[in-house]
Amino acid sequence: MCTVCGCDGASIEGDKHHHHSHHPHRHGHTHEHGDHHHHGSTDLHFGMGAAGVEVAGMSQERLIEIETDILAKNDHYADANRKALDALGVFAINMVSSPGSGKTSLLCKTIEMLGDWPLAVIEGDQQTANDAERIRATGASAIQVNTGKGCHLDGHMVGHAMERLDLQSGAFLFIENVGNLVCPASFDLGEDCKVAILSITEGEDKPLKYPDMFTVSRIALLNKVDLAPHCDVDLDLYEANLRRVNPGIEIIRVSARTGEGMDDWLNWLKNSLDRKTRQVAAE
Amino acid sequence: MHEMSLCEGIREIIDDHARSNGFNAVKMVRVEIGRFASVEKPALQFAFDVVMRGGVAEGARLEMVDLPGKAMCFDCSKEVEIDDRLAPCPSCGGGRLMPTAGDEMRIKDMEVL
Repeated sequence: MCTVCGCDGASIEGDKHHHHSHHPHRHGHTHEHGDHHHHGSTDLHFGMGAAGVEVAGMSQERLIEIETDILAKNDHYADANRKALDALGVFAINMVSSPGSGKTSLLCKTIEMLGDWPLAVIEGDQQTANDAERIRATGASAIQVNTGKGCHLDGHMVGHAMERLDLQSGAFLFIENVGNLVCPASFDLGEDCKVAILSITEGEDKPLKYPDMFTVSRIALLNKVDLAPHCDVDLDLYEANLRRVNPGIEIIRVSARTGEGMDDWLNWLKNSLDRKTRQVAAE
Repeated sequence: MHEMSLCEGIREIIDDHARSNGFNAVKMVRVEIGRFASVEKPALQFAFDVVMRGGVAEGARLEMVDLPGKAMCFDCSKEVEIDDRLAPCPSCGGGRLMPTAGDEMRIKDMEVL
């Protein structure tokens, strides 16, 4: 059972889509009240308007201050995930990109190079368990989350997926989001950081076209650089455009196929995990 | 993009408040949308009407308030207001701007019965 929301089951691999209704039942009747009392001919008016005066048994229009983020519910799930990950000392990476940037191949190569380092993978796609199968073929444990018509993973889905993974202390949790450069930018999953994967065949102006995703990412992996000699691409322009939308972004040029740049990526991962471990220990 | 998900979030918050504040109908919901929130307003309006059906906010009016986009300029170290994520700094003309505000998506208040 979910410790956050109390529901059981999730839209996770093999399951039917889990409908998780938080909507209360609506009363079969509505309370229709007039805005003012009609007191016949004796001229006794207890306030005329909506905000006139309090009358027993009468509800009036009122303005309620809400001041709540629309994604507050998602953020609540994400916070719970983050706390669980911090307690375990797991470093979680939310991998975001357009479809076909090579996320899964990059992940397979990363897993291969990490050897027997403890790690787990959550694979998000609208349909199929293909990606989770590809990850499992490397020997790593993976859970597929199918979002159905959903265009992004959310904190709730990831929380349920985490329950099904055996996360060890000091492990990496790779969350491969749905291939989409728009929506996943807004949904916190509880990860330590977002990593944007941008393949060099996508066009140098991709960061300018979809700035949100690259703004919220801590690091961008410029993937498929082995193809650069065969394509008319300007790798420096990719980097300049990335920095234009996010001056603080780190960039590593990699090729999952040839292994170029992968050592830098692995060092970045290990340093980030190390930094987190020390931070958690210090708190 | 995800306007439908956003409206589901709005509905959950409204339903929570309907329970805790004891109201039966919502006349108006006011949301604040930042310049960089990537919310398509007509899509949000459409999704709102659909998602609120059968709930306390069915038929409610959705008011959208725009919040400005702000960014810190890495060149002149000033916080400036910009209309576009990629706009140059209005103060120094620099191109290295880190957004600091404008991605808000909040329910500000609502009128209830």
